[in-house]
Amino acid sequence: MANPLKCDICSKPATVHLTQILDNKVHKVDLCEECAQAKGVTDPSGFSLADLLLKASLNPDTSGGIRCEQCGFSPNDFKKLGRFGCPACYGAFKGLLDPMLDGMHKGTVHSGKVPRRALERKSLYDRLTRLEGDLSEAIKAERYEDAARCRDEINQVRQAVDQKQLR
Amino acid sequence: MTIASLIDTPSELTNSAGSKSAIVLMTRIRLARNLSGQPFPGWAKPAQREKILETCRAAVTATAAMKRGLALNVGELGELEKRILVERHLISRELSGSKQGSGVVISRDQAVSVMINEEDHLRIQLMRSGFQLRKAWAAIDDLDTTLEETLDFAFLPDLGYLTACPTNLGTAMRASAMMHLPALVIANQMEKVVRAVNQLGMVVRGLFGEGSDASGSIFQISNQTTLGESEEEIIKRLSGVLQSIIEHEMNARARLLEADAGKLFDKIGRAYGILQNGHVLSSSEAMNLLSLIRLGVDLGVFPDSKRSVTDRLFIEAQPGHLQHAQKGELEPGQRDLMRAERLRSEFANFGRPDFTLSANGNN
Repeated sequence: MANPLKCDICSKPATVHLTQILDNKVHKVDLCEECAQAKGVTDPSGFSLADLLLKASLNPDTSGGIRCEQCGFSPNDFKKLGRFGCPACYGAFKGLLDPMLDGMHKGTVHSGKVPRRALERKSLYDRLTRLEGDLSEAIKAERYEDAARCRDEINQVRQAVDQKQLR
Repeated sequence: MTIASLIDTPSELTNSAGSKSAIVLMTRIRLARNLSGQPFPGWAKPAQREKILETCRAAVTATAAMKRGLALNVGELGELEKRILVERHLISRELSGSKQGSGVVISRDQAVSVMINEEDHLRIQLMRSGFQLRKAWAAIDDLDTTLEETLDFAFLPDLGYLTACPTNLGTAMRASAMMHLPALVIANQMEKVVRAVNQLGMVVRGLFGEGSDASGSIFQISNQTTLGESEEEIIKRLSGVLQSIIEHEMNARARLLEADAGKLFDKIGRAYGILQNGHVLSSSEAMNLLSLIRLGVDLGVFPDSKRSVTDRLFIEAQPGHLQHAQKGELEPGQRDLMRAERLRSEFANFGRPDFTLSANGNN
């Protein structure tokens, strides 16, 4: 063969070829002997196709030049590392992630524990930021009644934040 | 508290004397958590890693569960110390290979360990001897909720807890049981079991996780997927799978006894003889012999109280523990001599097997 397939992990010539059909889509993984061994493909007990598909299904050619604004991560980095750069990457690469998630898990929507305290805190902080914006706008527009209302609300929210932290 | 004191302190893993954990040696639950707005450990710059380590360590050490625990910087540990922690399942191989800016906090009873800057910012792990998935979940859920009071975890309503690798999204929970399945191994049925378990969305690994072999007939069975099912649902499904593996193992034992008890007793008797008199034992041979002794305990050939001895030796026969006991690094060849010596002395007073008991001692 003039142009042998390369290993999806290390780019050496691939000798192990796996095909799996998930949701009517064909996923192919090509591996060299060593990576196949390292990934436990030859040993049915320790082999996670999900991990492999993950790397193989991400084609950097189609993802253009997107980068995560928060951490500068690119789809190419994902192809190399098999992991994301930061939590915000999940928003930045949503288009790439969705097809990957198909078939990787039992479902595609979380069901289970929610970090309630943290979310409460976040919603309070978000509200605070919004109110502070409203307040400075109201002052600028000389709407003093609105400003006073905002200020009262801000105080209330701050109190709530303090209570949360004390607990 | 130091590493040396860890070894000398009874732990959940090495002191399961009280539990009647005939087939399930230990259950373990791991939760992955990340701080929102911070790069994952594999992508963070050294200074960011240090800062994340500080923040997480402060939060973890402040919890009641970690009172008087041990906080360690992985970069400051020697190879032998790291090996011992891996052998005690307190850190992962991945963490032991990591550079600056990662750490672990271990509870005093060694039932809880929180790895910091492994693949995720936090890998919270809790072990319970025996088959106690529900209790383990209740305890780790509590600890996680306590941490949530001071740490902002990265979370999205649709994707759940955000993890460095999308294969852990959702609950970011891996629940597992360490099972001793000698009869299924002897009867050559493990491959069939592994295939069936995989089809149910569970993974089977060796004693020390991914890529490790199954010496000692010890296997870890855990959930593969984390998104789309709640923690309780995952645990319920895993419990069902474990229960059916237990039944298969029990059936395999009954069949082995029925078909050729002499052959099975021969294996157990020889294992006893070698452990009592051998002079060169590799780690995997020792594991396999200890596994047969443990099977002997389950069958009533040895008293029930001896199960905790085999469970302790499963850990203490590992290279790191052996070298620690000898106070120095040993060549593999020397290790095999030392291991045999250690086991000879343990088995000198172990008590002879009684094969007459086993007819009615079917566990």
